[in-house]
Amino acid sequence: MQLLITELGHEVRNLGPCVPDEQMVRAAAGAPCDLIVMSTVNGHGLVDGERAVRRLRAEPALRDTPIVIGGKLGVAGTSRPEEVQSLLDAGFTAVFGDDEVDTALFGSYLDSVAARVSR
Amino acid sequence: MSAPAFGRYIADARAAGRLVVQPRMGFGSATRMRTGLAATKRASATTVGTITLDSYTRLGAHDAARRALTSGAELNGYPIVAHDAGTTEAMLAGIRDETFPVQVRHGSPTPELIFQRLCELGLTVSEGGPVSYCLPYSRVPLAESRRSWRRCCEILVNARGSGPEPHLETFGGCMLGQLCPPGLLVATSVLEGMFFRQNGLRSISLSYAQQISRAQDEEALRALRRLGARFLPGVDWHVVLYAYMGLYPRTRAGADALLAGAARLAVRAGADRLIVKTAAESARIPTIKENVTAIEHAAREAAGEREDPGQAADTGIHAEALAIVEAVLDLDDDIGGALEKAFRRGYLDIPYCLHPDNAGRATSYLDTDDRLRWRDTGRLPVPEPRRDTGRPLGAAELLECLGRVRRRFDHEPMEAPEARTRWEARR
Ligand code: B12
Repeated sequence: MQLLITELGHEVRNLGPCVPDEQMVRAAAGAPCDLIVMSTVNGHGLVDGERAVRRLRAEPALRDTPIVIGGKLGVAGTSRPEEVQSLLDAGFTAVFGDDEVDTALFGSYLDSVAARVSR
Repeated sequence: MSAPAFGRYIADARAAGRLVVQPRMGFGSATRMRTGLAATKRASATTVGTITLDSYTRLGAHDAARRALTSGAELNGYPIVAHDAGTTEAMLAGIRDETFPVQVRHGSPTPELIFQRLCELGLTVSEGGPVSYCLPYSRVPLAESRRSWRRCCEILVNARGSGPEPHLETFGGCMLGQLCPPGLLVATSVLEGMFFRQNGLRSISLSYAQQISRAQDEEALRALRRLGARFLPGVDWHVVLYAYMGLYPRTRAGADALLAGAARLAVRAGADRLIVKTAAESARIPTIKENVTAIEHAAREAAGEREDPGQAADTGIHAEALAIVEAVLDLDDDIGGALEKAFRRGYLDIPYCLHPDNAGRATSYLDTDDRLRWRDTGRLPVPEPRRDTGRPLGAAELLECLGRVRRRFDHEPMEAPEARTRWEARR
C-alpha cells in the first residue's frame, strides 16, 4: 500500500502492522494529514475497523479527515453490503475490497482527494 | 486422557510408509472447531488435528476475543484463552486420543498465557519460536520474546505427564513466508530447535516452507535433516514441510497443483509431516470441507511418490546453513543469548523483514531459474559473501517475485474474482 501510494506521487507515514488504537489516534491527531488509509487482511477488519474509526472520529481534529479502509475485511470472502454499510456508518469515507478493481478505484479516489486538497 | 508421544505417532507413520498430513484449521466457535477436528480425524489420510488460534489471542488481546465471542463476530481462529477451559475440554472430549494427536498453532511472541492454558488442558504439542514468532509478526523486542519463550519451554516441561510428551515445532523454516534464501531458513529452524532442546524439550520438529524451485527445496530439506541429526542429539525429532506460504494461486486447479507439488516434495526429500493449504487460501478462511479436500488430495499425491535416496545436486545450502549455525553458536553458550547477539551483529538478518531488531542489510531475489538467491549477504557469516552492486530492487521487481507462483499456477483462464467493488461516498 505504501509503495502504491508513493508511486502515485503522495507522501506516506506508515504506522506499521497491528497498530494499537492509542498509538493510531495519537499519530493521526498529532500531525495533520489529508487522508488516513487502513489496510487489513487477517479477517478481523470488520470489527477492528469499526472500533478504530469511531476512535478517530471522536477526535475533533479528525472529524472531517477522509478515512478509508480496504483489504480482506472479513473471514468469509467478499463482504456483504450490510457489513460495508456498517463500516460506512461507523465513520469511514470509503470501503474497498481486495480485488485489483478495488486497487484501481482506490487510485482514482486518491486523485480526487489530492485535487480537493490542492484547490 | 491417554495420549502417546507425538514423536511416536510420527515415527509409526513413517515406518508404515505414510506421510502425516495436517491442516491449518481454526474457528472461533467451539462447536465448529470440534466438527472440524472430527472431520480431520475421519479424513482418509494419516492426520494430526490442528487448533489454530485467532489474531486477538496471538496479540494477547483476550478481551477483544471475548467481545467477539459475545457479539457473535467471526474470528480467524480459536480463542483458547477467551473460551473457558471447560468449553475446550468438552470440545476435545472423545476427539483426541492415541489415534489422533492435536497440535495448537498460534503465532505469539509472548505466549505464556497461551501455554498455561494449553498445559491445563493437556495440550502439550505446539509450535513457534523466539525468532520466528517475533520478527515477522510483532512489534515486541526480540529480547522480550526470547525471555518469554524460555518461560514457555519451562511451563511445557513442567507439564510433562499431563499429556503427551511436550513437543515444539520451529516456525523458523518459514519466517516471512517468502523470499528468504533456504540456507538461512534451514539455519533459523535448526537454531530454534536447539533453543527448545537447551530449554528442556525432548521432542522437536524442524520446519521448512516450500519455495519455488523443487530442486532447491529438496536440497534444503536434506540439509535440514543432516543438521538436525548433528545438532539435536539425544532428542526425538522430525522434519515438517509447509505447503507454499506466499501469495497463493486463486484458481482451484492452481492451488491443487501447488499442494500436490508440496506433498511429493515432502515424500521425496524424507520429511515426515506436511501442513497443507486449501484452495480458499488466496481469498478467505477455508471451510471444514475445503480443509478435508486438501488433506485427502495431499495424502493421495504422497502415496504416489517415494523417498529419493539420491543426492540432490549440492549448490551449497548445507554449507551455508552450517556456517551460520556455527557462527551463531560461537556468540554465547546460551542459545537465546546467541540468537539475540546474532541479530544485533547481522549474523542473522531476514531479507525484507521490517522489525527494528532485524539489521536489514541482507537482501535477496528470486532468480529466473526459480531459485532464491542472495543479492547481498550483509554481515551473514556465509562461505560465499555477496555484495550488491546493482541498483536496489524496485517495487515492480519485488511484486514480480512475490507473485510468480500465483501467476504460474493460475495460467489457466482465471475464475471470476470473488471480490466485488463497493465505493461509496460518505458525503
Ligand atoms: C504471507 C501470508 C502470511 C505471512 C505474513 C508475513 C508478512 N509479514 O508479510 C504469515 C505467515 C506471517 C501470516 C500470518 C497470518 N495470516 Co496470513 N497470509 C499470507 C498470504 C499467504 C499472503 C499475503 C500476502 O503476502 N499478500 C500480498 C499483498 C500484496 O496482498 P494483500 O495483503 O492481500 O493486499 C492486497 C489486497 O488485499 C488489497 N488491499 C489490502 N489492503 C488494502 C487497503 C486498501 C485501502 C485497498 C484499496 C486495498 C487493499 O490490495 C493489495 C494488493 O492487491 C495470505 C493468503 C494469500 N493472499 O495468498 C494469507 C492470509 C492473508 N492470512 C490469513 C490469516 C488468517 C493469518 C493469521 C491470522 C493466521 C491464521 N489464523 O491462519 C496470521 C496473522 C497474524 C496477525 N497478526 O493477524 C488469512 C486471512 C483470512 C481472511 N481474511 O479471511 C489469509 C487470506 C490466508 C487464509 N486463507 O486463511 N500470513
